[in-house]
Amino acid sequence: MSGLLDVTTIKRDFPIFNRTIRDGQRLIYLDSGATSHKPKIVLDAERDFYENHNSAVHRGAHQLAEEATELFEEARLEVARFLNSDGSEIVFTKNATESLNLLAYSFSNSSKNSRFHLNPGDRIVVTEMEHHANLIPWQQLAARTGAELTWLPVTTDGRLDLSSIDSIINAKTKIVAITHQSNVLGTINPIKEIVAAARNVGALFILDACQSVPHFKVDVKDLDIDFLAFSGHKAVGPTGVGTLWGRAELLNEMEPFLTGGSMIESVTMSSATFAEAPQRFEAGVPNMAQAVGLGAAIRYLNGIGMENIHNHEVALTKYALDKLQSIPGLKIIGPTEMKNRGAVFSFTMENIHPHDLGQALDQNGIAVRTGHHCAWPLMRVLNVPATTRASLYFYNDYSDIDALISGIYEAKEFFTAPRTKERK
Amino acid sequence: MNLDSLYQEVILDHYKNPLNKKLIPNPIAQVTHLNTSCGDEIILNLHLNGDLVEHITWEGIGCSISQASTSVMSDLLTGKQINEAMSILESFVEVIQSKGKLNGDEEIIGDGVAFAGVSKFPARVKCALIGWMAFKDALSQGLAKK
Repeated sequence: MSGLLDVTTIKRDFPIFNRTIRDGQRLIYLDSGATSHKPKIVLDAERDFYENHNSAVHRGAHQLAEEATELFEEARLEVARFLNSDGSEIVFTKNATESLNLLAYSFSNSSKNSRFHLNPGDRIVVTEMEHHANLIPWQQLAARTGAELTWLPVTTDGRLDLSSIDSIINAKTKIVAITHQSNVLGTINPIKEIVAAARNVGALFILDACQSVPHFKVDVKDLDIDFLAFSGHKAVGPTGVGTLWGRAELLNEMEPFLTGGSMIESVTMSSATFAEAPQRFEAGVPNMAQAVGLGAAIRYLNGIGMENIHNHEVALTKYALDKLQSIPGLKIIGPTEMKNRGAVFSFTMENIHPHDLGQALDQNGIAVRTGHHCAWPLMRVLNVPATTRASLYFYNDYSDIDALISGIYEAKEFFTAPRTKERK
Repeated sequence: MNLDSLYQEVILDHYKNPLNKKLIPNPIAQVTHLNTSCGDEIILNLHLNGDLVEHITWEGIGCSISQASTSVMSDLLTGKQINEAMSILESFVEVIQSKGKLNGDEEIIGDGVAFAGVSKFPARVKCALIGWMAFKDALSQGLAKK
């Protein structure tokens, strides 16, 4: 039995599934929340760039420079269409972490009368379920500016507690920065409701879409947000390329973060003016082959269809939740009902530390993540020092979940079986 | 490679029944060591008596490797002369960092030989060393106070 997509055929597109793990076992990859695998078409796009078109984009009067620029800008348009936006609103960064830092540093570079300028007493709102990437840049911005950082709490079942949203997102709030889907809990947050609260008080809304853009259709116009960040490598694209999407009128008002070549309009020895967005935020020769690879990744995802990917993952989620919850001693850390939930499963096992469970699963070729998942404050709130996390993608099927379940049973047997040997 | 060769009985036994896992107050040095990749934490209290390691007591949360290794360390180094304790520590670290090349000498590192298999798993080296590094840190802080 497999999911709605033909996973056997899909896996042929991904060279990594040709290898084996730990003495000849099939790779059961359940760590796509950390990074996804890459189809050959993405690797080919990168290689083709280097082999046939390599040249610094936006410079040079020669044919290669022309071709490189065209490929790079075509990738930008691919990303723009994917998010239902415009090419002028897509900034290529290193990854989502850089996208979010770009915003935080640009805001603190802003002049006193700018809408991005924060004063002591202003408020930045995040949530308790943020990945460190969407927490620490705001913590640091608050520390630099004297603004106050506060957050929407998380309920015991892993949802956002919005009961006090109007007092938390209050008139002093300038920035609301929230994850679309928790990388730990799998929770998909009610973005439109929170955007409405931010709009009511005139705050900017920033979406960390790392765990959503690769998995279902994200439309920036429909969500009515101001900024969005995602990483290419979680969306079958290469490492080293991420995206910051921002409303054009906002990007063009913002101060630069990194400065240098290709982000300028005019330069003298003592001063400079800056290019329009997105060039304003792309100082230096960018990760060109990686951006071209990301364009290929998005064409690949579109070929499969985001709706199909989503439906496939919904089917896997239902299957996994049922199976996992049937294991005695296993506790899901996150929502156990299907509504607004992605295919990410954090859990604890009675009497087995996640690191030991992860090691045991690895012996069966099963790749999971263990630890605090870069969400240490969330782990504290939920009172778990660490969890084991299985995160799925469209190249997973029911058999991968079955392997996980039997791997957990084996580990349970190994670590909790009574032992007789006496210590020396 | 199977689980038995990594998780030897002696490791699982120390994990289930850790030694010296109760802090004795008023140490010469107390340290807290974290494994930032997984959130594991060891708090270690050191008592010295002259050149003697009098007590190594600890609290903590973590995987079987980190907990068992800290238990073994506290048992092995308590009652040793400081320089002897440091030499045992160095032998243990050498085994754990050997990438599977060294088995360790039971005469020197005692139950520590059970962790030799850990050295084949780079991601677990820090687990095996966290308690030992906490001791080393506490000792240098303790000696600085003397």
